[in-house]
Amino acid sequence: MPEPILQLRVLDAHYGDFQALFGIDMDVSDGEVIAIIGANGAGKTTLMRSISGLLPNAAAQIVYRGQPIGALRADQIAQSGIALVPEGRQLFPSLSVEENLLIGGQVGRKGPWSLEQIFQLFPVLKERRNQAATTLSGGQQQMVAIGRALMANPDLILFDEISLGLAPVIIKTIYDALPQIVGQGMTAMLVEQDITKALSVSSRVYCLQEGRVSLEGRTETIDRDDITRAYFGTES
Amino acid sequence: MDWISALVQGTLLGGLYALFAAGLSLIFGVMRLVNIAHGDLIVLAAYMGLSTTVMLGIHPFVALLIVIPAMAGAGYCLQRAVLNQTLGDDILPPLLVTFGLSVILQNALLEGYSADPQKLSAGGVETASVQLGGLSIGVLPLLTFLIAVAVIAGLQFIFYRTAIGRAFRAVSDNADIAQLMGLNKAHIFGLAMALALAVTAIAGILLGVRTSFDPSVGGARLIFGFEAVIIGGLGNLWGTLAGGVILGVAQTLGAKVDPGWQLLAGHVAFLVVLAVRPNGLFPRVAH
Repeated sequence: MPEPILQLRVLDAHYGDFQALFGIDMDVSDGEVIAIIGANGAGKTTLMRSISGLLPNAAAQIVYRGQPIGALRADQIAQSGIALVPEGRQLFPSLSVEENLLIGGQVGRKGPWSLEQIFQLFPVLKERRNQAATTLSGGQQQMVAIGRALMANPDLILFDEISLGLAPVIIKTIYDALPQIVGQGMTAMLVEQDITKALSVSSRVYCLQEGRVSLEGRTETIDRDDITRAYFGTES
Repeated sequence: MDWISALVQGTLLGGLYALFAAGLSLIFGVMRLVNIAHGDLIVLAAYMGLSTTVMLGIHPFVALLIVIPAMAGAGYCLQRAVLNQTLGDDILPPLLVTFGLSVILQNALLEGYSADPQKLSAGGVETASVQLGGLSIGVLPLLTFLIAVAVIAGLQFIFYRTAIGRAFRAVSDNADIAQLMGLNKAHIFGLAMALALAVTAIAGILLGVRTSFDPSVGGARLIFGFEAVIIGGLGNLWGTLAGGVILGVAQTLGAKVDPGWQLLAGHVAFLVVLAVRPNGLFPRVAH
């Protein structure tokens, strides 16, 4: 059994009076690719925001490599080796493509990913390195967002809805690149609405429903009917 | 010839206004903070210059070596201890707090230095002039203008060619996402304020050498700075220099017609630009 890299212990999350997550428990082992699936509003993005520190939690609710990190700021969590590819890409509009990538590397962690490596993974970005990031197509912007997270050389990378709003051919390009990314020994958590896509790249899957884990299992053994029930919450 | 002379004087005066404005523009550009105390911080720097020159017996320009780091350090502490707490979705708290800061600074300076006008003595630089094609140009205004150009070129370089400038722009775009890149927003804002007040230190010393000052003159410097920023277009540093020059030229040409019209002409020029180009002459273009 590989050692756990991330443990969530009874994780709650709130937006003001609204509670978005209820007592989430999760264990992620080193090198795993975990898929997080669930309908809109199930709490997937909230979960990503909590782990990356954009939402504050109690310290002991999120344990990373044995250290409680739930109460740390997002920049401290980034320094410790967790990177998020945020939903909707969220590139910096005043920065060029290259600057968006460089700023991802500014945490100064050592590892396999450099500007050259990113340009090899997504060659189109090299041609457009000096363009403003927001002049790129949606798919190219997603490549920049992924590259920006990789530049930090994280141990754990979180992908939040990276196929949202993209053409199928672009989604294929991006998913084809995933094995190269996680093949470097990186642990990944992948939030995805497209269940088939999510299952095709992951080893284990968690399904969220209304802020709770409704199903958990290994990808190869999980039953599609169970997923449907856990996803939509229908009794059959 | 008199008119050309007034034009040149106004242009050079614009350099000083650009220095007033650059810090203001930088603070607004990075953290969307409108600093009402900016004029009083300029006056504070002038008084710091006064104290250092009197106590150490050094030239005001040498005093910059002390005043610049002192103002930068004060800026960093001010930002982290006070102003960061006021920043959020609501723009009112920073306005109120910097307004309060302005009142505190004025009264503290009044208490410490009295209301008597003071001046920094630069040993003849103030009155020296050079002849250029029939025009007599003051050495100090010329020097001020050159310093303003150098400062703005320097800021431009920092913003667009260095890692810290990249961080300034990223935090300004989206502070949350910038945190994900390992950037501590509170620290970056502190550094931006430190840089802004370093520029303010230069502006304060040059102001003190050029004219006499007392604790109450900060308000007018704030207005000139604001007008230069708005004329030039928010978020554009070279535009700020252009804004300062337009304001300076309007003032000297106004004074040429009638000495009482100097300030009025500046404000009118500002209003005209605002009416014709509400975003200023050179608003920030998407980089």
